[in-house]
Amino acid sequence: MSKHTAKEVLLNPVFANNPIGLQILGICSALAVTSNLKTALVMSIALTLVTGFSNLFIAAIRAQIPGSIRMIVQMVIIASLVIVVDQVLRAFAYSLAKQLSVFVGLIITNCIVMGRAEAFAMQNPPWISFLDGIGNGLGYSAMLITLGVFRELFGAGKLMGIEILPLAKDGGWYVPNGMLLLPPSAFFLIGLIIWALRTWRVEQKEKPAFRMANQVVDKEAY
Amino acid sequence: MSNKESTSRTLFVALAVSLVASVFVAGSAVALKPVQIENRLLDKQRSILAIAGLGDDLSSAEVKELFKTRIKARVVDLTTGEYNDSLDPVTFDPLKAARDPKTSTALKGSEDLALIKRREQFTTVYMVEQGGQLESLILPVRGYGLWSTLHGFLAVKPDLNTVVGLGFYQHAETPGLGGEVDNPKWKGLWPGKTLFDDSGKPIIKIVKGGVDPASPEAGHQVDALAGATLTSNGVDRLMQFWLGEQGFGPYLAKLRQQGA
Repeated sequence: MSKHTAKEVLLNPVFANNPIGLQILGICSALAVTSNLKTALVMSIALTLVTGFSNLFIAAIRAQIPGSIRMIVQMVIIASLVIVVDQVLRAFAYSLAKQLSVFVGLIITNCIVMGRAEAFAMQNPPWISFLDGIGNGLGYSAMLITLGVFRELFGAGKLMGIEILPLAKDGGWYVPNGMLLLPPSAFFLIGLIIWALRTWRVEQKEKPAFRMANQVVDKEAY
Repeated sequence: MSNKESTSRTLFVALAVSLVASVFVAGSAVALKPVQIENRLLDKQRSILAIAGLGDDLSSAEVKELFKTRIKARVVDLTTGEYNDSLDPVTFDPLKAARDPKTSTALKGSEDLALIKRREQFTTVYMVEQGGQLESLILPVRGYGLWSTLHGFLAVKPDLNTVVGLGFYQHAETPGLGGEVDNPKWKGLWPGKTLFDDSGKPIIKIVKGGVDPASPEAGHQVDALAGATLTSNGVDRLMQFWLGEQGFGPYLAKLRQQGA
């Protein structure tokens, strides 16, 4: 299909159609793995690869997949890729794999992967689908990395485990905000980022589902 | 070929996809297994070194080197307290042995303080040596906390009474509450505490509400984790168990005799 260009599918999901910021998908892992930048980075890479390759394989066999079992076929492909990624992490980044624990496995149920497979890869040729998967992975990564940088820097005074802001308890001046290391803080941060994103790009604002009507009856409600 | 939605076609696609996917998954699992096993071993060795106070955050090469030069592993028969050198401490897996009825004994209700159900007959202990002289003895301990079995190591000085360190390398307690067993501050409360009274009975205790440093008991009391009563109780009970008759009691008694 000619309506998708490579640049568009790669870059659109980063700001214009961010999977976390606009579609509000993949929140669970965004809360869980962003307390430090390292795990956020590894998770970003893992998810980007899985989304890219699952899109590629699904698009490659999309003409063969019968409609009645298409979801199951997608799940089999996604799950296999995730297991391979998990095995590779356990082999080559054991301590990070331990920190990410169950969340690598949970990429299987990440709505972004499934959503791109169903919405894009089932209708488009392999190469552009692959790019679309990578693009959405980048959108997810952008959000995770922003959260990771913010949470680790202000929650622990470090980045990638290297001290940036000297902590007051070690004789420096910075008193860390411990709440940033807890998952709820990512909720607040994602909310603020979405606010900023929608102020910058007004077209992302949703229309209100309904409006309160003015009071027309001339007496108190009871 | 028949049409895309027919039953035979559906079956064929399902089978083909499953087959290819299983080859991928099985292939990666088999190919990467040796590296993963080595990683797990390294991780365990790293925690042993950390508990012995030989360094944190060591690289793999440092771990291997230190383990080779400073640490001696030996298999102990927990019932008799004797060494059993017919088992290779590198390949012997005490946790596997604990699951096998042939190499473990079931614990009766009142004996099973640590709630581990079965205790292996043989286990591996680690000795940190400096110039042939014992520097500390590292005993594997485990027991049930609130959600999970805590697996860890207890390091003691050559007097077999003073704690060098206690640490857990594997558990799944509540992060922020029971998970604070990993907190360096809490682990820092352990070194220097004494484990046994004069008659050789385990006396180390985890107490709630803080340890009064002026009290004569302070030397074998450790402050409990705030908000984690059950994890604290679990650690307390696993210490009682592994230091008692069902645990390393006979072995430590033997060592004391030899030392005296």
